[in-house]
Amino acid sequence: MYRETKILNDSSEASPLRGGLEGAAEEGDMIINVGPQHPATHGVLHLVITLNGETIKKVEPHLGYIHRSIEKMCESLSYRQFIYVTSRMDYLSAHINNHACALCVEQGLQVEIPPRAQVIRVLMDELTRIASHELWLGAMAMDLGAFTPFFHAFRERESINDIMEETCGARLTMNYMVPGGVMHDLHPNFQKRVKDFMQLYKSKVHEYDEMLTGNIIFQNRMKNVGMLSAEDAISYGCTGPTARGSGVSCDMRKLYPYEIYNTLEFDEVLETGGDSFSRYMVRVREMQQSIRIIEQLIDNIPEGDFLTKTKAVLKLPKGEFYSRVETARGELGVYIVSEGATTPYRIKFRSPGFSNLSVLNHIAKGSKLGDLVAMMGTLDLVIPDIDR
Amino acid sequence: MQEENKISNDSSEASPMRGGLEGAFPGEIQELPGGGIVLSKLDDIINWARSNSLWPLTFATSCCGIEMMSTAGAKYDFSRFGFEVARATPRQADVIIIAGTIVNKMAPVLKRLYDQMADPKYVIAMGACAISGGPFFYNTYSVVKGADHVIPVDVYVAGCPPRPEALLHSLITLQQKIKSGLTREQIKSAK
Repeated sequence: MYRETKILNDSSEASPLRGGLEGAAEEGDMIINVGPQHPATHGVLHLVITLNGETIKKVEPHLGYIHRSIEKMCESLSYRQFIYVTSRMDYLSAHINNHACALCVEQGLQVEIPPRAQVIRVLMDELTRIASHELWLGAMAMDLGAFTPFFHAFRERESINDIMEETCGARLTMNYMVPGGVMHDLHPNFQKRVKDFMQLYKSKVHEYDEMLTGNIIFQNRMKNVGMLSAEDAISYGCTGPTARGSGVSCDMRKLYPYEIYNTLEFDEVLETGGDSFSRYMVRVREMQQSIRIIEQLIDNIPEGDFLTKTKAVLKLPKGEFYSRVETARGELGVYIVSEGATTPYRIKFRSPGFSNLSVLNHIAKGSKLGDLVAMMGTLDLVIPDIDR
Repeated sequence: MQEENKISNDSSEASPMRGGLEGAFPGEIQELPGGGIVLSKLDDIINWARSNSLWPLTFATSCCGIEMMSTAGAKYDFSRFGFEVARATPRQADVIIIAGTIVNKMAPVLKRLYDQMADPKYVIAMGACAISGGPFFYNTYSVVKGADHVIPVDVYVAGCPPRPEALLHSLITLQQKIKSGLTREQIKSAK
């Protein structure tokens, strides 16, 4: 027992990943609980914060308030059925979650999906990414006390929801991508609607800059707050805009291109600041890159099948399969272990939010309590994605 | 005079005071020479007033919370019905919209939030998860199979997640229930 404590003491300074006794509460410190029901946590996250005066000594996230045992459920669902549950995981990137699962099953089945389906999938992914970032923008601004951006962001988001509703039949949990392609063909109005949306977006995008990017109050609250160095971003396993705000190149669409991403022209958005403002800028600029991708594809959707014929009951060969995609929050990995049956033996999701949340204590340490909300906002946490 | 009365009777349904049939002010107008008086029950008037200013608790556990945000947005705008003052603390809230799954670890928290709310309080179970566990009914070890195992629910909204229109409908349904004194809270106190 004594030995263990000693090791903890020794390693606490050496390793940035070991919490150890560092930041432990001393006399005079105050411990406050934020959540599980708190609007700034964007869900049901419980934070135990050790404060010295107004300075944060330690932030300890407690998880499990929305643990729905999705991984265990998937073991009893067939390879067609389990995809639907994953829409509820990271519900803001429902399409991209489904996409990752469909890719993993297709990898096991070794089916090629038709070019039309590939283009539809990429279009839907990018629309989802815009919708997710729009919501993040509104919610994060609301965390900082600005209510108006929420209404502006939701105005654009609603028109994406309308597009999704027409083609997929749902506004939020689409369940559109299936092994072998997509479930239905595109709605006849799809192209026109998407073009209308892009026009709307372009005519309104300057409003975000006017309201937030150029706002001096906003900048003061975001700049040099929540500093995350590139090394720490890598060692904590951060992905997505959180890591790209620190200059770490980690876009799965560039590094491990899936579908037709290697034929498309778009930039991986990188900012080198490492603060909350850089993470904000990455997401804002990423929306414009998504628009660029949609512009390349919307007039060039190939004709043909949208779904490859697969067997009614899917069986993956014995083995292990892994696929990864870039969701709006970072790298989502799907790992399937198959025993050759109709249901997976084990499924593991590598969710981006979990690793991104782990960095919270590191970036919040030493800053003021009021800045914690700004930091959490820029990590873009979706709690059901973290708890699963 | 006679003609004027007739007109006011006809327009009574559309007048802002009455607000259509559902929003009708409780009581009847007794005509008197030179005007009139309204005869009503105090309870009815209190219920009518309460139903038009319900403050929801921002309680969103998962996906349904996003549709709740959409309903708060400019397109659907639940402030039209008096719901816009979303409160972060249960002590200031009248109605709790359970938007999302309730799992075993969250259930005591939900109970506590409900207990902390001041009377009269109302509950809406939004979405399949809050009604019955929904897509997480089978083969899970951690999901509460319906929020009504934990706290009493007044209105259920189906959907996974429900559309904003469905949520609006549930809010209006709750208002009607309050006006007619049929929520669980009111029935309990009347006994």
